[in-house]
Amino acid sequence: MSEKIGVYVCHCGTNIAGIVDVADVSQWAGEKLAANGVVISRDYKFMCSSLGQELIQKDIQEQGLTRVVVAACSPHLHEKTFRNACQGADLNPYLCELVSIREQDSWVHTDKVAATEKAKAILSGGVARVEHHEALEPLRVPIHPDTLVVGGGIAGIQAALEIADAGFHVYLVEREPSIGGHMAQFDKTFPTLDCSACILTPKMVDVGNHPNITLLTWSEVQKVDGYIGNFVATIKQKARYVKIEDCTGCGICWEKCPKKVVDEVFEAGLGNRKVIYTPFPQAVPKYPVIDAPNCTYFLKGTCKACEKFCPTGAIDFNQQDEEITVQVGNIILATGYDLFDVRRMPQYGYGRLANVYTSLEFERLGNAAGPTGGNIVLRDGKTVPKAVGIVHCVGSRDQNYNPYCSAICCMQSLKFAHLVHERTGAEVYNFYIDMRTPSKGYEEFYQRLLEEGTHFVRGKVAEVTNLARIPEEEGKLIVQVEDTLIGKQRRIPLDMVILSAGIQARHDAKEVGKLFGISCSADAWYIERHPKLDPVATMTDGIYIAGCAQGPKDIPASVAQGAAAAARVLGKIQQKEISLEPVRATVIEEHCSGCRICNDLCPFSAILYLEDKKVSEINPALCQGCGTCVAACPAGAISGTGFSNEQILSQIEGLLLLNIRQLEAVPA
Amino acid sequence: MTETFEPVVIGFTCNWCSYRAADMAGTARMKYAPNIRLIRLMCSGRLDPTFVLKAFVGGADAVMISGCHPGDCHYVEQNYKALRRFHLLKRVLTQMGIEPGRLKLVWASAAEGAIFADTVNKYVEEVRALGPLDWPAKNLESVSTPIMEEVHA
Ligand SMILES: Cc1cc2nc3c(=O)[nH]c(=O)nc-3n(C[C@H](O)[C@H](O)[C@H](O)COP(=O)(O)OP(=O)(O)OC[C@H]3O[C@@H](n4cnc5c(N)ncnc54)[C@H](O)[C@@H]3O)c2cc1C
Ligand code: SF4
Ligand code: SF4
Ligand code: FES
Repeated sequence: MSEKIGVYVCHCGTNIAGIVDVADVSQWAGEKLAANGVVISRDYKFMCSSLGQELIQKDIQEQGLTRVVVAACSPHLHEKTFRNACQGADLNPYLCELVSIREQDSWVHTDKVAATEKAKAILSGGVARVEHHEALEPLRVPIHPDTLVVGGGIAGIQAALEIADAGFHVYLVEREPSIGGHMAQFDKTFPTLDCSACILTPKMVDVGNHPNITLLTWSEVQKVDGYIGNFVATIKQKARYVKIEDCTGCGICWEKCPKKVVDEVFEAGLGNRKVIYTPFPQAVPKYPVIDAPNCTYFLKGTCKACEKFCPTGAIDFNQQDEEITVQVGNIILATGYDLFDVRRMPQYGYGRLANVYTSLEFERLGNAAGPTGGNIVLRDGKTVPKAVGIVHCVGSRDQNYNPYCSAICCMQSLKFAHLVHERTGAEVYNFYIDMRTPSKGYEEFYQRLLEEGTHFVRGKVAEVTNLARIPEEEGKLIVQVEDTLIGKQRRIPLDMVILSAGIQARHDAKEVGKLFGISCSADAWYIERHPKLDPVATMTDGIYIAGCAQGPKDIPASVAQGAAAAARVLGKIQQKEISLEPVRATVIEEHCSGCRICNDLCPFSAILYLEDKKVSEINPALCQGCGTCVAACPAGAISGTGFSNEQILSQIEGLLLLNIRQLEAVPA
Repeated sequence: MTETFEPVVIGFTCNWCSYRAADMAGTARMKYAPNIRLIRLMCSGRLDPTFVLKAFVGGADAVMISGCHPGDCHYVEQNYKALRRFHLLKRVLTQMGIEPGRLKLVWASAAEGAIFADTVNKYVEEVRALGPLDWPAKNLESVSTPIMEEVHA
């Protein structure tokens, strides 16, 4: 045995030592695995502590260890720690193997004897494997200084501005004709009730004017290739049918356009827009788009009113969709959320009972720039409601719909209660399950509402109906609810009911996630690298998430995440070059038969067939090291660094060395 | 023999989901049978069928392959390739005289520690019911040689 292997068994306080007899494991390894090259075996209270690490370093230097195996916690926690320790003692970090006897053993088993035996098996697997480790050098790749931000809501806007202000270029891609996202639809924002447009518009304008931001609205990313530092994104910019070089945004075209359609996006279905339109007056960019599927010219070949009246001749019915390719080093996804579809809860009458509203509809209703000019009136357009009910948690915290809390609905319902009260003087009833007001200034806002005289009824609304039982209910909407504080069923007659719909992941979040190679939770929120310690990074290097795309949150939290993601990207840009794990596949040219079986297997198109040599070759910068091609090559011509056949086959052997059934048969 | 049979199960996990599910089970102190021993691969797509055969030859009573849920593979879709190999392997094993119940495939996301623990528990019981494999001893000669040579190579 040419390798000199050092084995280190960690107690992790009592975390491991409480179940696994670590002294026995270490002694066993020293004796029984000597034949496999183990020259030193120790156990220590905390291997990850600086003293523990020094222990390893000292042995490397004094005993000339050539391999190190640490039996401790999960490699996802401390692999780096021990690799660095080895590097500190001039041993190539990849010659170290960390095997988990905590997460996979002491924490999940209760039988001490079995857990100790298993620890030996795991350790022996590591020892068998480490012999085949190779000294590796991390791959260095340059970081392209440009960044792609997808989604121009408040989170994406913040991220783009932070990066652009720091002096680096950003491509901001937004699907709608304008940036702004949901926040642009609101009138006031809780808890301070600042006017949403007043705080958002300046930021939108900054984005529009920023020399470091290329704003691509009415656009979507179609394809992403590459890897951190070197992504290539293909963006489809839909035809606007307006030449932005010529358009001044004067608005004559949408004034003259004879055709109105219901605006399902910005006005949440509550108002209309023209077929050539900008979603709202402060839109950035100011250029309109023609909604071709609804345009009379595209449907019937006549009209062209906009073209006739445009003073600068900016209308161009022949414009085509364009494909733009950009090269970027990092990507931030800030695609936001969709509102829960309240029609899924027919018991609440939305769509059937005219004066039942969704929360977003109410935002537009209360908005001075909205369809009623901010007058809170019923669907007839004139009657001011005298009694208004606001139902919290619609579609949230409900096993039949979304099990999670949407985080913003309580506060948004309180905001609505305040606005209704202030503007109409109506009696307001808030129906809540629990009141959740955890952020700064939120509980104070709730107290304010209590003082304003809002009625708070604790209970889940069973039904909203118009079937009156008594004369007072005639012509009203009746909310049927169990008031759990007094333990009674109540029927409350109202003029207007607002459903505080929960928020959920974008309908296409999964497909978009796939496009960028990141994964979604069961509820389709994008998964962060670590739920506490790494909330804006993802498992894919170079791809970050911010805002509601990651999970329900309010504006301050979305802004904080946008800025955090930007800081992470700026950190990467400043490094100029980063090192990647050298876990990569390589084709051994002499063994390759040129069958090309591997060629189509790689999701990153890393494998190229060299026509001249008639063999396949792997681009190490594109290869992500999944190993699928290694497993598939019939000639065994592909080797996977870090996860080679020898390493894995030996590990299997090692794991089985101490077969529970054949305990006695263990070779000495 | 009154002693209960303790099977040995080799589990292949992928680095991104199922290994993290196992980590998660650990962090949450969920309890499961100690009969499983895990090997970390970068992706379930790395699973070379030889690994499974090697495990059986080495004395494992069963093998559990695990990866990210379809659609969630860190490398886009390599777990579908694992799925194909799994089905193929089951057939091959059957032809070799190994009960198909000795090979299992499970998808577990990084958050599904409970599913991981639960699956291991159930699977260990299933394998216990199947009894020891004892395949190398019984079948070494009867098995077609090319595959065996490869496994031993
Ligand atoms: C009724 C209601 C009232 C609220 N009131 C308040 C309040 O008063 N105060 C508060 O703090 N919070 C409030 N919130 C929460 C607030 O809306 C969110 O915190 C915030 O809007 C999240 O911003 P975002 O940028 O993450 O997402 P969004 O605002 O949803 O923006 C995402 C953007 O990405 C774009 N996009 C999506 N997919 C793609 C794609 N594939 N390609 C390109 N672009 C894409 C969208 O068009 C959109 O512009 C309220 C929420 C609701 C439902
Ligand atoms: S599968 Fe193997 S032999 Fe076939 S082309 Fe790829 S590397 Fe060469
Ligand atoms: S290991 Fe093979 S299949 Fe996987 S990313 Fe690298 S080249 Fe592609
Ligand atoms: S990374 Fe988990 S199956 Fe591919």
